[in-house]
Amino acid sequence: MLTILFDGIAYGMLLFILAVGLAVTMGLMNFINLAHGAFAMAGGYITVLLMQRFGVPFLLCLPLAFIGSALLGGVLERTLYRPLYHKPHLDQVLFSIGLVFMAVASVDYFVGSTQQIIQLPEWLKGRTELGSGAWMLGMGHYRLFIIAVCAALTVGLQYVLGYTRFGSRLRASVDDQRVAAGLGINVNMVFLTTFAVGSGLAGLGGALGAEVLGLDPSFPLKFMVYFLIVVAVGGTSSITGPLLAALLLGIADVAGKYYIPKLGAFIVYSLMIAILIWRPQGLFVRKGGK
Amino acid sequence: MNAPQQSLLNDSRFRPWEPVLWLLAFAAPLLVPSHASIINEIAIVALFAVSLDLILGYTGIVSLGHAAFFGMGGYAAALFAKLVMPDPLVGLAVGIVTATLLGAACSFTIMRGSDLTRLMVTLGVGLILLELANKLDWLTGGADGLQGVVMGPLLGTFEFDLAGRTAAWYSLTVLLALFVLLRRVVHSPFGATLKAIRDNRLRAMAIGIPVNRKLAVVYTLAAGVAGAAGALMTQTTGFASLDLFEFHRSADVMLILVIGGTGWLYGGVAGAIVFKLMQDALSSITPQYWTFWIGLFLVVLVLVGRERLIRPWTWFSRGGKS
Repeated sequence: MLTILFDGIAYGMLLFILAVGLAVTMGLMNFINLAHGAFAMAGGYITVLLMQRFGVPFLLCLPLAFIGSALLGGVLERTLYRPLYHKPHLDQVLFSIGLVFMAVASVDYFVGSTQQIIQLPEWLKGRTELGSGAWMLGMGHYRLFIIAVCAALTVGLQYVLGYTRFGSRLRASVDDQRVAAGLGINVNMVFLTTFAVGSGLAGLGGALGAEVLGLDPSFPLKFMVYFLIVVAVGGTSSITGPLLAALLLGIADVAGKYYIPKLGAFIVYSLMIAILIWRPQGLFVRKGGK
Repeated sequence: MNAPQQSLLNDSRFRPWEPVLWLLAFAAPLLVPSHASIINEIAIVALFAVSLDLILGYTGIVSLGHAAFFGMGGYAAALFAKLVMPDPLVGLAVGIVTATLLGAACSFTIMRGSDLTRLMVTLGVGLILLELANKLDWLTGGADGLQGVVMGPLLGTFEFDLAGRTAAWYSLTVLLALFVLLRRVVHSPFGATLKAIRDNRLRAMAIGIPVNRKLAVVYTLAAGVAGAAGALMTQTTGFASLDLFEFHRSADVMLILVIGGTGWLYGGVAGAIVFKLMQDALSSITPQYWTFWIGLFLVVLVLVGRERLIRPWTWFSRGGKS
């Protein structure tokens, strides 16, 4: 039972890293970006290709995946996303679905549609067990690694958003773009950086998650729903909301698949609908926030 | 008769070109008999798009789960034909009724929250049904699809032939009948209230329109029409599979509607014709990667602007009236 809880937490942490960039673009910039999964897939494929073709070690691949997806996100933000910030939501949905279709087809074309496998280094393959009987806790080393990385990132993000100059600039730009621009904040630059970092995080999540979630060209479509659930359920005004939502979702999904495999993903979707009907703005929203 | 009444009535009159268009559509299976099956598909997709237009174009609700109703109608009609009786018209009615009931149940989910919440909830409903159809394999055949659906002759006389001509006429007739009905609906006072809700929800509420009730009614209606489209799909192909519920179907139908233009019933029809022909052409050139071009088309469509895409002469003039 503890093992399931542990796996659920690892899964939730992974979802959080994948989705946090989306929470920023969607909540702060008010842009419905369904193509977020495409950046995650980009990160995953960067890792796989670097490891298979050039023999780059796994740990070095992770920052490279981050940088690669961040660059991709930055370029796309500057060229394609920026004109759409003030368009209606329907346009944004259509645009990002279009991007997803293109990403899926191009990866299929260039890499092939088979599932990619990541060779983990030896020291991440093991498994530690504590206790015995019903309360046995089995921890896969790779899951521990994921939890550690994600926890570090979460603390870092929270710090950047809450306590640094960049964080306050970002929050100012989001609350009122015109006033922020009047105060001498380069709003475009702030948004560009944020978008790039968000995409980079997605890429990192994709690289980390390739082993757990599986990586094939349909990745953005398959996991788009999960990212969106995390963001919609968690609310978009803070980092903690999506974090808690991701943990809840991860645990519910793992537990549901373990105890009632017949129902599959059914539990997660029903949970989401129930929560959204109950609290349409998400579970953790501060009063008076946007 | 005063001026506002006159202007409202003008919209609801049949234009001279409309009967011509429909006559052409009905003649098409005779003119190009080898393409009867694609005509049938266009008619079905057009009906589906028109039903989405009711909620997207006339009330402004962005739904990513419209395939839920399409699939529900489809599976209901297919199961009815397989288990109870093979008469197509009764099956169609069963499909419509089932989808309508589902729509009525789901209509509570779209009343609250922002665009994002509605998007998620509609998407979630579609996924739940997909999951259900997948897991209840003793009933639906699971991932293999529901096979062995045999349709009886239409009205007891017209057999469904292999060329698909009967199917095409059947779908066209249903499309025409529902189209005329919906045309009547959107030009009625009820339709006017829908447009008022779309344009300014707060003001609509202030002048005494029961917004939630109207939304529920129109969502249910749209669900029923989508169910009819799904029923036609399974009846004319004799096969129901999980594909009916899938996300890309909801995305496609939204794309179709946007190509043709929202808030205009013929938009769905026009979009269906363009989309299906484009899909047919593209998938014969690049069978595996045609979604890339669809995606590119979407991106360009949004970047250029939906209104401007059908007015090419405004592309290079900045600003202007558009």
